[in-house]
Parts: sequence; structure tokens; C-alpha cells
Amino acid sequence: MRFMRIALFVTCLADTLYPGVGRATVTLLERLGHQVEFPQRQTCCGQMHVNTGYQKDALPLVRHYVETFEHCEVIVAPSGSCVGSIRHQHPMVARACGDERLARRAEAAGGRTFELSQLLVDVLGVDDVGAFYPHRVTYHPTCHSLRMLRVGDRPLRLLRHVEGLDLVELPDADVCCGFGGTFAVKNSDTSTAMLADKMRSVLGTHAEVCSASDSSCLMHIGGGLSRLRAGVKTVHLAEILAATRAGT
Amino acid sequence: MTTYLGLPTAPPGVGHLRGSEPFPAAARRALADTQLRHNLAVATATIRAKRAEVVAELGDWEELRAAGQAAKAGAMQYLDRYLEQLETQVQARGGTVHWARDAIEANQIVASLVEATGSREVVKVKSMATDEIGLNEALAAAGITAYETDLAELIVQLGHDRPSHILVPAIHRNRAEIREIFLREMADVDPALTDQPAALAEAARLYLRRRFLSARVGISGANFAIAETGTICVVESEGNGRMCVTLPDTLITVAGIEKVLPSWADLSVFMQLLPRSSTGERMNPYTSMWTGVTPGDGPQQFHLVLLDNGRTAALADQTGRQVLHCIRCSACLNVCPVYERVGGHAYGSVYPGPIGAVLSPQLTGIEENATLPYASSLCGACYDACPVKIDIPSVLVHLRARHVDEARKDRRLPGPEAIAMAAASWMMAGSGRFAAAQRAGRLARPFGRRGRISRLPPPLSAWTRTRDLPVPPAQTFRQWWRDEHEKPS
Repeated sequence: MRFMRIALFVTCLADTLYPGVGRATVTLLERLGHQVEFPQRQTCCGQMHVNTGYQKDALPLVRHYVETFEHCEVIVAPSGSCVGSIRHQHPMVARACGDERLARRAEAAGGRTFELSQLLVDVLGVDDVGAFYPHRVTYHPTCHSLRMLRVGDRPLRLLRHVEGLDLVELPDADVCCGFGGTFAVKNSDTSTAMLADKMRSVLGTHAEVCSASDSSCLMHIGGGLSRLRAGVKTVHLAEILAATRAGT
Repeated sequence: MTTYLGLPTAPPGVGHLRGSEPFPAAARRALADTQLRHNLAVATATIRAKRAEVVAELGDWEELRAAGQAAKAGAMQYLDRYLEQLETQVQARGGTVHWARDAIEANQIVASLVEATGSREVVKVKSMATDEIGLNEALAAAGITAYETDLAELIVQLGHDRPSHILVPAIHRNRAEIREIFLREMADVDPALTDQPAALAEAARLYLRRRFLSARVGISGANFAIAETGTICVVESEGNGRMCVTLPDTLITVAGIEKVLPSWADLSVFMQLLPRSSTGERMNPYTSMWTGVTPGDGPQQFHLVLLDNGRTAALADQTGRQVLHCIRCSACLNVCPVYERVGGHAYGSVYPGPIGAVLSPQLTGIEENATLPYASSLCGACYDACPVKIDIPSVLVHLRARHVDEARKDRRLPGPEAIAMAAASWMMAGSGRFAAAQRAGRLARPFGRRGRISRLPPPLSAWTRTRDLPVPPAQTFRQWWRDEHEKPS
């Protein structure tokens, strides 16, 4: 395996509310022998703007992402949803605003941006990251990882190699948790009904931990579980993969 | 830049493309109906499993989807040419073609055609187009009684109800409710009727047989209209359609202009895609096809009413036009987590679910169905299930952008959401501004109790009513990075 210089796009949500996810990503990649850089100009991918209809307001964010990251060889983000937006929506937004040159630059930067499990399995070629996490865990695969990025079973392959981890299959795993960005607020009742069914599936597994590779979906599922005092934690995939016997 | 063709969108007040309340409010009411949610969960799970099984049998499913998409895109590209070819062929074979710009015109054409026969009754094949234009109500206003003959449409009609699913319009009813409707509405039904499916079907058969035998006018929609020969195709499961298109003297077909296919070779693709996607069957039980009039056999008068009702307006939108490829299979409804929980009525239109959320606003104009493009979490399950690969999530996002842009043009002052989005864009286009905003976000820390925030003011109260939020941590990631990596040690 070639040692790489990897740029981290931590995502605005993890940066602000879940800094542990960013720290875990750094710890994990450094443990595997890679060098992580954090371009400090970075902010947000703009998905919330695009998905809420504010494409023109998203354009400066697309340009900002491209300018911040286009010099980087490989970029990783601990979010399937943000990477989906960068790869699929950035060129579309640039084109809709009539900037073909930016669209091509966005395609180039997007092509080098990977979701964490894709980076580990496809680019770095590892299934076993040498983690230790002695807990019963179920995994929610998140819609955009599954259907926009087609990450398939990569996260599960990584989890199956974690020492001590008891992985339980989540029933109806591929069904949305109801987050959907501003959908969770604009259609909060429907969103909550979807969440109720997701929580029913999670609780049915008797897992201590529900994991996923998107802080946003975990914020939703975790927000519901916390409200119910359900006693199940939500933990990002990066945090599980970063955990070691020495660190626990 | 979107250019609009001449024909206006479907007129308000006619037909069933608009609801009386916004989606979130209608959904809230539907979510409280435990019977509805149970019926939908069971029914959609059953159809999903059947579909998955028969789709998995085909090694070339993805190639079939691509072929279906290409055939529809080709038909739409030269729609004007194929429609004229269809008209010429239907008329050469003894049929009559009528062009209806909207629901009002279509209803007038059909009512006057029925009146000309002297009949006051019609039997109907299940048809989305006639539901869309409110044909039954228009006929009733002209003193004509329309009898629905599809079992589920009959249940909806007798229940004075609205359809809630494209394929299974009575999906929101269970058999106990159907038994009650039959006992109440069918004049000479056996009072000992049970809720066994076979008993309910037999009651419907006896009721419908009398209608078939006495009807002189049949009305259908069309699944496909083949331009090269002028052939109309109706796909169904119960045989009621076959009765309606063969027994009466006069047959009137109402078809959206997007139903045209260039050739029989195209049809072969859709006959593989449609039954598998729709009912989860390899082949549907009844496929009826007719070409104009055959002397001495079947209806001796055939009228084809070609309906626009907002379709050319949709065709003018380069991203949105792909919704015209829809073959009304309803696979997207059955896989949609939103539809499964709220049901069809919440969408307000005869077209519910994901396809309805992108079709109805384009037919009516977005401002009249402004909440529908937002009635989705953009999970993408619909796109994966669609047999003609309509990228529904992208069209939803596109229609949201059109809605925001139109609202911007109409309003002098931007709303609170637009102000917040513009502010967020400005803030996030500069890293210094973003870091400052993160510091401001920590003002939310006093809202926290034991690591969680359970109550926030509007609009975030919509979140915290049912879900907690984490308390913003003392240190953001970028602060940690700076401390770790950039301070001289």
C-alpha cells in the first residue's frame, strides 16, 4: 500500500456538533500510516441549499469547495450524503447557473472525493483497520451512501473485521430514517413517523450501539433514541474504526 | 432558461390534481389513522416482495429499464410527429380523434359523445386520465351515470371516496371496510355477505355483470397508443376492461398525449417492464388491443380523446419532462417510506407518492401544488424502482428550485427562509465567517440539559418536539486541529 496525503473535508455538521468524528477520522488514517491535512478554508458542501431549492445560493459554496480542494490528490469526508452532493449536485448546480468551467472543475474535484468506507476499501485497499470495539452494534447504511454512492457492503466489511464487535443485522436497513435535511422540519410529523419505525428496528436488535457513516442521519436517529431514553448510543463508523485496545 | 409552449396548464377547479390543504397538514391527519397505516404497511410490503421476486428473475432488468427510458425519450422528442401519425392511423381504420387542451374540453367532448348515443349510462375501465379530469363528476352534471368496473375503483366509487394509489385505488381499505361498503351501497346484495375475498369478489361480479350487459357506451384510458398502426392497448387484471372495450356499441378512450409509442417493437419492452413493476406478475391476465373499428365485431363507434391538461407545459421543462415517461406502474409508491406512512390522499391529487410529487405540480403549475416537491426525504428508493429510470429525486430538487425562483420573482420581500438561506450562503462562503458563526452557535449551550437540547424556539421547535439535539461541544473540530497541529510545542 502506498502512503498517501489525504485531505479531510470534515463537513460543517461534524465540525460544529460532532468534532469527535473528525478526530476519529484523523486518528484512523494516521494509524494506517497516511498523512492527513485539513485545509482550513473549508466550510460546507451546500447540500442543504440545493435540496431546499436555493441553488443560486449554493453556487458560492460549490465554488468555495472547488477552490479549497481542487489542488488535493485525495479527499475524504466522513459522510455519504455530503460526498453524494459533491459528486452529483456540484456539477449540476454550476451548470444550472451557466458556469460550465466551474462544472468541469467540480467534476474533477468530486471524482477525487471519497466517503470514508470507499476510501478505506477501494483506495487504500484495507478491510481490517486493526480496531477493537467490544460492543453489540447494528448498522444503518444511510440512503445516499447506498443509492447515490453505491457503497454496498463496504462499511459492513470493515465492521466485521473489528475485534470484539458483535454485528447484528438491522431489519429494513435500507429504509430511510426520515431525516432528509429540511424535510425533518418542514414535514416533521412524517419524518417522525419514519423515525419511529427506524427506532423500532434498532431497538429490536438489542444492540447497544447504532452506527452509520453520516452524522446527520445519526443526529436524527440519536435524537429520537435520546428523547425516548432508549439506552442505545449512536456512534459514527469512523469512531468505531478508530477505537483500539490501547485506546479503550 | 425555460421556455413555455402555447398550451396552459390544467385549469383550477376541474379534475383532481390539487388538494384542499398543504401536504404537511394532510399528512399529519393521515398519520394519526392507525387503521390506514396498518393497511398500507401490509399492502405495500406484499407488493414490494412480489415485485422484487419477479424482477430478480430477469438477468437483463437494467437493460430493459434503459430500453424503456430510451423509447420514452424518443417518443417525447418527436411527440408532434407521432401524435399526428396516431391520428391518421386511427382515422384510417374508422375511429375518430379529438384533441382536448385541458380537463374542461375533454369532459365536454366525452359528455357530448355520450349524449349523442342517447344513452344515460356508461361503464368504465380503470383510468387515471379520466380520474385526473374529474370525468365522472362532469358526466353526472350532464345527467349521465358512470359505473366504475375495476373492483378497487368500484369500492372507491361506492364508498364516495377518493382513490389513494395508482394501481390499487382502495389500498387504504381493508376487507371488513369493503364488506360494510357493499352491504350499504349494493341494492340486492346478500345480507349474509362475509369479508372473505372470494365472497366480496363474487358480490362485485354479480353487481357488475348487469352493468356490462346493459351498457351501450364504454369509456377507457390507454396504457399505450401505438402510432404506426393506431392501436390502443389496455393492460388489466380482472377482465372488466375486456368487457368494457368489447361489449358496448360505442367506445371512448381518453389518453394523455404522452401515452404514444412509435412502434410495436417499443411495446414489447413495456410489456415486460409494466406487469413486473406494477402487480409483481410476469404477465398481467388481460391485455386488450384494438385498432379503430372492426365491422361486425366489438364497438362500431370508436373515439380517441387526446388530452394535454398541462402536459406540453411539462414537456417544455428540460429536467422535468422525464416525468412524462411514467407508465403508471406505481412501483415508486410501494417503495416510498413517505407514501407508506401517509397514504395517497395526503398528496391531494389522483397521482400520489413520489411520481405524484413531481407530476402534479408540473401539470397544475408549481404554485398550486407548492408543498408536494418537499414531500420527500430524497432517499432515492423511487429512482431505483422506476422501470423507466425517472430520476425523481433530481426532479424534486429541480422543482424546489423553480418554486423558490418563482416566489422570488413574485414577492418583493424575501421570506424568513430565503433570508436564512442567503445568510447561510454568505456565512459559509468564507471560513472566517463560518468560524464566527460556530462560536455564535455555542450560544445554544445554555439550552442543554445533561448533554441534550430538548426544546428550541420555532422553526427548530419542529425538530425538538419529537427529537433531542446534542449540545454544541466546547471545541469545534477546527479549533482542535489548530491546537494539535499548529501551535508550536
